[in-house]
Amino acid sequence: MQPVDSHLFLIVGAALFSIGLAVVLLKRHAIVVLMGIELMLNGVNVNLVAFSQYDPDRLQGQMLALFVMVVAAAESAVALAIVLQVYRHFRTAQLDELNELKQ
Amino acid sequence: MIQLAFYAFASLSLVGALAVLFTRNVLYAAFFLLLTLLGVAGLFVLASADFLAIAQIMIYVGGVLVLVIFGVMLTHKPEAPNDVNSQQPNRIASLNRAGGWSGWVLAGLVASGLFSALFTLLMRANFALLNQPVGWKSTVNTIGKQLMTEYIVPFEIAGILLLAALVGATYLASPLAKSFRNATR
Repeated sequence: MQPVDSHLFLIVGAALFSIGLAVVLLKRHAIVVLMGIELMLNGVNVNLVAFSQYDPDRLQGQMLALFVMVVAAAESAVALAIVLQVYRHFRTAQLDELNELKQ
Repeated sequence: MIQLAFYAFASLSLVGALAVLFTRNVLYAAFFLLLTLLGVAGLFVLASADFLAIAQIMIYVGGVLVLVIFGVMLTHKPEAPNDVNSQQPNRIASLNRAGGWSGWVLAGLVASGLFSALFTLLMRANFALLNQPVGWKSTVNTIGKQLMTEYIVPFEIAGILLLAALVGATYLASPLAKSFRNATR
């Protein structure tokens, strides 16, 4: 099986990370910002997996990518619960309108 | 053939990510995120990480994305007048009093600057690791052994973290949380 040139994996990972960063910077809705964070984590995972295929005995990159996935799942669960409570409190999920600590 | 599959999955994930960036509808963004996650799972298969591809599909597509879609639907407000332009560009702290375009310009500059810097770095870098030959074999056995030997402590900590996150998310999201906190005080 002829593998793909690993530089292409790294470039795709860099592109995913940059697009995720742009989403985090641009979007106003809290859930879309969370999606941008997921995109950035996926870009990092592509990088880790691309390097990990040259390490078939220990697979350190893939193990780290697995733990990144676990932490991302926990993070998105807690963050969505917080967004839900914020929406109940302020009746909005737009980040620009959340400008006071107590209503 | 493998090259073709690689380009197909890479373009699928990149197009999905760009569509998340440019769409104005939150629900469409969630569905385009689904495309991106599936493309990344395909890239994992091509990088000989079959277990991680399945884990990606099960955790992200099956768990995180369903959670995100629930969040979108629970925080949707169709009667609000500002919901139509809810995906207008973000205002970045006092730089953007005038209009939405400077936010796009600033974020585009930051993101494309980061990407071009990474691109030139990756093009110039000569990783000694990447010149080795690579074979393809299933990684499930190795990952199982590693999880039970070398990574046993992070594995258990990840289990405790997931338990704490689920209990905390359930408590935070429940409508009883606020009244309960007020009652105990």
